[in-house]
Amino acid sequence: MNKVYDTVVLGGGPAGLAAAVEAKKAGAQDVLILERDRELGGILNQCIHNGFGLHTFNEQLTGPEYAERFIDMVKDLNIPYELDTMVLDLEDKGEVKRIHTINEEDGYNIIDTKSVILTMGCRERTSGAIGIPGYRPAGIFTAGTAQRYINMEGYMAGKKVVILGSGDIGLIMARRMTLEGAEVEAVCEIMPYSNGLTRNIVQCLDDYDIPLKLSHTITFIHGKDRIEGVTIQKVDEKLQPIAGTEEYIPCDTLLLSVGLIPENEISRKAGVEIDKRTNGPVVSELRETSIPGVFAAGNVVQVHDLVDFVSEEAGLAGKGAAKFIQNNLSDNISFTTETDNNLSYVIPQEIALDNVEDAVTFYMRVRNVAENKVINAYFGDKKIATKRGRKFVPAEMINFKIPKSKLEGYEGKLRFVLEDK
Amino acid sequence: MTTTKELICISCPMGCHLKVTVDGEDIQVEGNTCKNGITYGIEEVTNPKRIIPTTVIVENGKLPRLPVKTSEAVPKELIFDIMNEVNKVKVKAPVKMGDIIVENILGTGANIIATRSMESL
Repeated sequence: MNKVYDTVVLGGGPAGLAAAVEAKKAGAQDVLILERDRELGGILNQCIHNGFGLHTFNEQLTGPEYAERFIDMVKDLNIPYELDTMVLDLEDKGEVKRIHTINEEDGYNIIDTKSVILTMGCRERTSGAIGIPGYRPAGIFTAGTAQRYINMEGYMAGKKVVILGSGDIGLIMARRMTLEGAEVEAVCEIMPYSNGLTRNIVQCLDDYDIPLKLSHTITFIHGKDRIEGVTIQKVDEKLQPIAGTEEYIPCDTLLLSVGLIPENEISRKAGVEIDKRTNGPVVSELRETSIPGVFAAGNVVQVHDLVDFVSEEAGLAGKGAAKFIQNNLSDNISFTTETDNNLSYVIPQEIALDNVEDAVTFYMRVRNVAENKVINAYFGDKKIATKRGRKFVPAEMINFKIPKSKLEGYEGKLRFVLEDK
Repeated sequence: MTTTKELICISCPMGCHLKVTVDGEDIQVEGNTCKNGITYGIEEVTNPKRIIPTTVIVENGKLPRLPVKTSEAVPKELIFDIMNEVNKVKVKAPVKMGDIIVENILGTGANIIATRSMESL
């Protein structure tokens, strides 16, 4: 009760592990990780496919391998962690932050700390969140739930599968279920483009001749006890189903891959300012939130598509927390950021250049597929940097690195604009 | 005879758009941003290969399934045969990440290796 930690990390997934490691390396002494699951590693433990780590480790790893490397770092640095522990509440008491936890062994507990890093990640949108007409039988899973059943618990979710939504987890599960002997009839995507990475369309769908039906959605779920089939329909430009295009597909399983929501209940309750565009906290260059000493990183801030960038962002938050407890973190905001309407958000929202070593990486996404375009960064009318790319797509997060030297001497707003080449 | 194929590189999440031109023995790859793209482009038109990640049953482990993968990419047409072989395998915990679970699976030269450590109960 009397002990005050330097940094407590809420969540032991990829962001939490990287944040704890970096905080400790940067000088935080007493670091603690709180994890509600039975082991560290978070969602990586069920992501048994490869493709992780190319940026961080320069090799192609599976999710569990990527997690184990970070878990080993946590163990090597003797960072303690508590498993099966749920964080109920976070209170800002000024000098200290107070965390209320519960677990089976110790019951209810209070932990005081000088700084906190929020790394709770995100959760999947469910059938309840998207409201498909029809019945509510068994056999409807989020793609991630089916992934956990198959890859970790050893239960096959079904034999004849339709997938709604072309997010990466949906694509990965299309391949996974096929490998385990299921027939995947179709992946339906309401948008005219996929929401997953192109490489996943190639290696998960094309390799197994699984049809990707763009501009299609499910308009009826059939079956009273177990799902028996779905009616799919083409949609127009306004995403409205077109009469006469109905097609019935028999299936015993429906997987939903329809988006992820940052898990910010604790942040909101604690009074952390939330950005309506990201549904995550407003953060600074070192990922400090609106509450001094409270940092955030990973999918709780913005839904990433690559874990490598989660680790990178979490490293910033870890560094920030260590600087904060050493009274070394500047709160002198140099400028804030904004975007035009073609970009859906930008992270970070505030920058204190005093805390920046050599460059700031800004993360953003386009709202629609953009070809032959560039993203320009402006202070007022002055263009300071340009991001080029072959093609910008909503499914791929853009990282736009700007050297500190180009950001110095300005104030007000740094504005990101999508413009013609 | 020259044939051209448009491919998307799956070596990493960048997803580079490759143009592979085959002229007899001579294969040219364009559009790659690293050397992995050249390897992928050439293999994809001659002998397409994939890494297979899957699971095996683990007994006496903390969890009931152990994730595994082929230690290197294996010919695409063998994917389902390899799945059949791997599905017959049962291992006993404890297992260390990187342990060989099946050696030289179906004569491909690739091993099936554990992709996480699994403590015993």
